[in-house]
Amino acid sequence: MLKYILKRLAVAIPTLLILIIFSFILMRVAPGGPFNSERPLPAQVLANIEAKYGLDQPWHIQLWEYVVGIVTRFDFGPSFAYTDRTVNDIIAQGFPVTLTYGTWSFVLAVTVGCLLGIAAAVRHNSWIDYFAVGTSIGAQVLPNFVMAPLLVIVFTLWLHWLPGGGWRGGQLPYVIMPVIALGTSYMASIARITRSSMLEVLSSNFIRTARAKGLPSSQIIIRHALKPALMPLLSYLGPAFVGMVTGSVVIDVFFSTGGIGQLFTNSAFNRDYSVIMGITILLGALTITFNLVVDILYAWVDPRIRY
Amino acid sequence: MKSATQKFVAVATAALLGTTALAVPTFAANVPEGVTLADEQTFTYRVLDEHSSVDPQIVEDVTGSELVRDLFEGLLNQNADGELVPGVATEWSANEDNTQWTFKLREDAKWSDGTAVTAGDFVYAWKRLVNPELASPYAWFGELMSIENAAEIIAGDMEPSELGVEAPDEHTLVVNLSAPLPYFPAMTTHASTFPSPQWVIEEHGDAWTRPENIVTNGAYVLTEHVPQERSVRVKSDTYWDAENTVLETVTALVINDENQALTRFLAGELDRTEVPTGQYPRLKEEHPDAAISFPRLCTYYYNVNLRENGPEALKDVKVRQALAYAIDRNVITDQILQGGQTPAYTFTPGATANFEVPSVPFAEMTQAERDEAAKSLMEEAGYGSDNPLELSILYNTSEAHREVATVIAQMWEQKLGVTTTLNNMEWNTFLEARGNGDYEVARAGWCGDYNEASTFLDLMQTESGYNDSAYSNEEVDSLLSEAKTLTDPSANYTRVEEIVAEEMPVLPIYHYAGVYMLNPQIQEWPVNNVEQNWYSKDLYRVAE
Repeated sequence: MLKYILKRLAVAIPTLLILIIFSFILMRVAPGGPFNSERPLPAQVLANIEAKYGLDQPWHIQLWEYVVGIVTRFDFGPSFAYTDRTVNDIIAQGFPVTLTYGTWSFVLAVTVGCLLGIAAAVRHNSWIDYFAVGTSIGAQVLPNFVMAPLLVIVFTLWLHWLPGGGWRGGQLPYVIMPVIALGTSYMASIARITRSSMLEVLSSNFIRTARAKGLPSSQIIIRHALKPALMPLLSYLGPAFVGMVTGSVVIDVFFSTGGIGQLFTNSAFNRDYSVIMGITILLGALTITFNLVVDILYAWVDPRIRY
Repeated sequence: MKSATQKFVAVATAALLGTTALAVPTFAANVPEGVTLADEQTFTYRVLDEHSSVDPQIVEDVTGSELVRDLFEGLLNQNADGELVPGVATEWSANEDNTQWTFKLREDAKWSDGTAVTAGDFVYAWKRLVNPELASPYAWFGELMSIENAAEIIAGDMEPSELGVEAPDEHTLVVNLSAPLPYFPAMTTHASTFPSPQWVIEEHGDAWTRPENIVTNGAYVLTEHVPQERSVRVKSDTYWDAENTVLETVTALVINDENQALTRFLAGELDRTEVPTGQYPRLKEEHPDAAISFPRLCTYYYNVNLRENGPEALKDVKVRQALAYAIDRNVITDQILQGGQTPAYTFTPGATANFEVPSVPFAEMTQAERDEAAKSLMEEAGYGSDNPLELSILYNTSEAHREVATVIAQMWEQKLGVTTTLNNMEWNTFLEARGNGDYEVARAGWCGDYNEASTFLDLMQTESGYNDSAYSNEEVDSLLSEAKTLTDPSANYTRVEEIVAEEMPVLPIYHYAGVYMLNPQIQEWPVNNVEQNWYSKDLYRVAE
């Protein structure tokens, strides 16, 4: 197992390097630059700025120095758009925001989704099933860009219970709506995946055996059915988790959280090269890590899988 | 917290017209007798984007400049009407030909760490602005101010120490100019000319502007900054006029989405936000106290590509005139924007100080007459149903720009038979295409850097970096360079506008309006300041 993990990590390094090179080139190929503005800068002023950030160097040298900076000093460079902050600072500020509401969304989606799915499967074709399926379809057809304004209209404009946006260091009232808006569609998917795989497991032979042995229903579900039923869910949860903790542009922009999704799009619009690179690497690293975590979890859940 | 004070105003026009010596006291918030102030003196407003910086010599955006004007104080401030009033400087005067300006600084001005503000702080800041090592995106402003040797220093041909600015004593600042500039004092209200604390910058480097490090000399100090979310400034006790500063806490919230910002305004979370395009009439009806609109010093216009590689048709002045005439500007201002914008027939807005809008012929006609004239001009140019003209309009992606372009395309098509295609690009790509002349007709907008017509008309100069039409007219060039040396350049400006209206290198469409939702509790918002240079120290909040 350890050997397998090490091997996967070794592959991760060239993957990230390719990601860096690829995004670097894509970014430079895009028209415009970080210092374009409605009032174009006089040539000499622009030259001074480009020299300051090393943009006057050939591409391969810029790329080399960038990679060297990361490897030797874990330094992702200065932001071109915001002079008093480095990329490290910017990510250190924005990532915890999305990590917070993303994780809560994840917990919410998994808990509610699994409970709904299991309940629906266990009480197949009862009102609980219909309710669960109805809820999850309802949640699925309401994407977060519809969900978010709906929540704001109800909880901010009508009821005056919750603030319509902001973050304030993650105080509870500011976190609730982003968590719900982001989590609902994931919850719906989880409920449906859980329901169908649970149904499949519940009709399998070993469950019939367990019932024949006279085990109580609750024990059958928790001890025997749950683990195999989670298998299909696991492969969905890995990427879903990364998607949630790295934030959603819609949620960030709508609720003005200052999270990393908003940072990512804004820096792309600003051509803030170093910030785009930094966030891309972060997303890449997270994706690789969580795919690995899911693979390890597989082995834990399914004894047949051995690495 | 009440202060019945009178506001004295230094007359800006006097400063504009020559040598003056002014010594008048100014007071901050002007709260009349009998007004009950709110217990909590706060002001929370929406900004579209994160500010670029609060470093006076680095800041380049409107949002950042608003913060800098609160955190720092320059030589002069503006009052609610945009007139010049003393800031750190109490008196200012010029030599006979306006090539040397002397500013007397107040002795009670202090930095937030208690250090006295001296003329040396300005000398340091101005040298810093033009220093290629800092690489300020606003370094060109030093050149625009015609400070001696600024251009050479920016180009790296001279040392920053050779800039024509000196401090003969702690409270006197002398500036030598390379050209006579009667409106020089007006330029010192620009954020890039504000002082900066050398000792703090040297200690912290680029990180000096963070709340934990920053030292400022304005009415407020920066206490919190969460990038992409909020920045908070609170009243500074060391400010020389702190006694008359009423607002205690000012918060800027970054809200990218204007409709969401409006919702939060309506929920009472914000005291000010922008009104989304087309929603002003409805909001004015529902919230007559809160919806406000006032003229801005900005022009929305179309560039026509006059370069060699541009379309042949646009090189014909008759085609350009026809295109300009056929735009029914009232439809755009009254039916699309609906926020108090005004039709533009000249490039410089009428709201500009000391600028009389010249009567250009096509402004005098009715739209029916303009349409008639446009049709015959188009025929004379040889375009019609047998030889239809095809054009494309380039604009940066935005709902409002799309609506304006659509309606203009329709007008051109219906009245002139021009087939127009619309082309939109994301902002940075758009700037690149327009700057390179890779377009036929392109959308543009310009806001004055200072309140004088040259901030607009200089764009018509052949060598202007912002001359995206690539227009070149010798008479315009010489009129504009001559204007810089004149005490009263208005005749030159009138003539330039006349030439522009004749040759149409740009098609003026409308002059902007500031269209806000403003909490009626917030008083003294400077609606008459066309540059919208507002200072929190002048505002106050009344009880509900």
